[in-house]
Amino acid sequence: MNLLEKLKNLIFLVKRSLKQHALSTMITVFSVALATGLTMAVFSIQHQTRGAFTGGRVGFDAVLGARGSQLQLVLNAVYQLETSPGNIPWALYEEVKKDPRVELAIPYAVGDNYFGYRIVGTTGDIFTRFEYQMGKHLEVMNGGRFFDPLQKEAVIGSFVAQKLGLKAGSTFKPYHGLFFDPSMQHEEVFQIVGVLKTTNTPSDRVIWIPIDDVYRMKGHVLRGTGKEYTAKQGVEIPDASKEVSAVMLKFHSPQAGFMLDQTINRQGKVATLAWPIGKVMAELFDKMGWVTKILTLVAYLVMLVAAGSILSSLYNTLNERRREFAILRSLGARRSTVFSAIVLEATAIAGMGSVVGYGVYLAIFSIAALVVRQQTGVVMDVIQFHPSLLSVPIGMTILGAVSGLVPAIKAYSTDVARNLDPLS
Amino acid sequence: MKVLEIKNLKKSYLSPEGERHDIVNVSFFSLGGGDQLALAGESGSGKTTFLNLIAGILKPDEGDVTLAGKHLPTLSEGQRDLLRAQSLGYIFQTFNLLQGYTALENVKLGMMFGRGVDASYATSLLDRVGLKARLNYLPRQMSVGQQQRVAVARALANHPKLVLADEPTGHLDPVRAMESLTLIRQICRENGAALLLVSHDKEILAKFERIENLSRINRVPAMTGSGGHKK
Repeated sequence: MNLLEKLKNLIFLVKRSLKQHALSTMITVFSVALATGLTMAVFSIQHQTRGAFTGGRVGFDAVLGARGSQLQLVLNAVYQLETSPGNIPWALYEEVKKDPRVELAIPYAVGDNYFGYRIVGTTGDIFTRFEYQMGKHLEVMNGGRFFDPLQKEAVIGSFVAQKLGLKAGSTFKPYHGLFFDPSMQHEEVFQIVGVLKTTNTPSDRVIWIPIDDVYRMKGHVLRGTGKEYTAKQGVEIPDASKEVSAVMLKFHSPQAGFMLDQTINRQGKVATLAWPIGKVMAELFDKMGWVTKILTLVAYLVMLVAAGSILSSLYNTLNERRREFAILRSLGARRSTVFSAIVLEATAIAGMGSVVGYGVYLAIFSIAALVVRQQTGVVMDVIQFHPSLLSVPIGMTILGAVSGLVPAIKAYSTDVARNLDPLS
Repeated sequence: MKVLEIKNLKKSYLSPEGERHDIVNVSFFSLGGGDQLALAGESGSGKTTFLNLIAGILKPDEGDVTLAGKHLPTLSEGQRDLLRAQSLGYIFQTFNLLQGYTALENVKLGMMFGRGVDASYATSLLDRVGLKARLNYLPRQMSVGQQQRVAVARALANHPKLVLADEPTGHLDPVRAMESLTLIRQICRENGAALLLVSHDKEILAKFERIENLSRINRVPAMTGSGGHKK
């Protein structure tokens, strides 16, 4: 009998056994699937979130804002997650905009929302000059246009449109504050003139309005000069009174970022330059490294528990199967055949669990991606390859095979005579 | 040519009290190719142990068993397994069919560890024992008599030189027992296999031309009572 035939026989025995113990097999396969799916999801989500938040694919190199935390500045201005650390004078925006090292400077004024979605006051540069990816500008969908800076108009991200059911022609009244409070509604009515095409960036979750409209909204007070200034209808707002929450910057070269970092952060006392954005976010992930380690540890433990479940499910059936092994041995099956059949069965359970685990992975990842997108606008790609998508199922299968060793040794040592017929 | 030859075969067990009890002590026993011999023995006379020693399932304490020209004591366990798979058929009192396998698969199992599976031969064997229509039935879906016939087919599946039958009719009513015995003997004859059948049923024994009493060849007295070992 050749090796292939032996393997065929083993597979036959294993298939029969799995079928015979279908319920316990299914439960064990499911627990393995949960373990592999969860572990793959932990690794893949960690990788993609880190990549998405630190990879610098936000279209800007730096954020200029009030003196304080760089991280808060980035989270607030780029990901719309945090409160604003404060404002900086309009003059600073003008100054940095004129700096020859700066390719693009776009002011943001935040402080309002519509059902929790950030309203960002800005200039038309966001549509005409900003590239969220190399060579890609924000575009409005058919039938829309960008806002007129002199009108109370708005352009909304595709995610906002989808979630709130808004479209070009819809109107809305903003709510004061960065977080939705029904009692804080402004009187001003804005008309949506365009819905942006999906960019899969935080911009999808933003409502863009002209920056002057932020200044002119009732209840807003400007303190650019240090004194309070309230905008009046039909009267131009003096630049000196204007403030911005942040200035989004793109540099001609990385050296510019380095030099401005020296000037603004180390020598200056007025503002903070968060540069480079990816590094600022990477520091956040590094600070949260312990969470990652705990999650990874939990994932590994879940895999170990799954391996344990294979061991216990096989071990529990051993007593009823002793007679089966004895019969097989009486028919000429070697100890090694019985041993191999058990190890192969454990491997098969782990292998099947790993395959089903891809389904679990897809489910977990899809939910996580949805949450991340809802919270940050960052899109994660469920089918993007990560080495864990191979290593975890392979590792789990090997672990499963190892977990089969204990019951296999037990089966190996089955006393044939004692487990056959009663003595006569 | 002898298919089985036994010399000075001894087997003992250690009791839970730590005392050693002899169970088999056979100075000489042999069986020629194609022979059919009934071995008479009461319950507790060591019949099953004797058959297990012949089959190489148990290792003797002393003595020699030569099966199909091979000296069992000199073979490794793996070699004994292979010899059993290639040269021996075993019909058990309770048939020992694997419950999760169909009739055909049970017969195929009898081939699997020896020369390899021959599906058409397995089918023809089941046809021969009258189970052509039950190939894909599980043991629990068949009557006791049908199960026994599957066990007979399985014992013959690997073209054995010797078939051991341990009280093969013990679970059958007298009419079925006689039918079954006739079938076993016929099929062994057709396949050129020697048959060593142990039974304590006088009517079964009476059907054999050659009968040997285990108590005569085994010099260990049988234990009284049921199911115990001998002293």
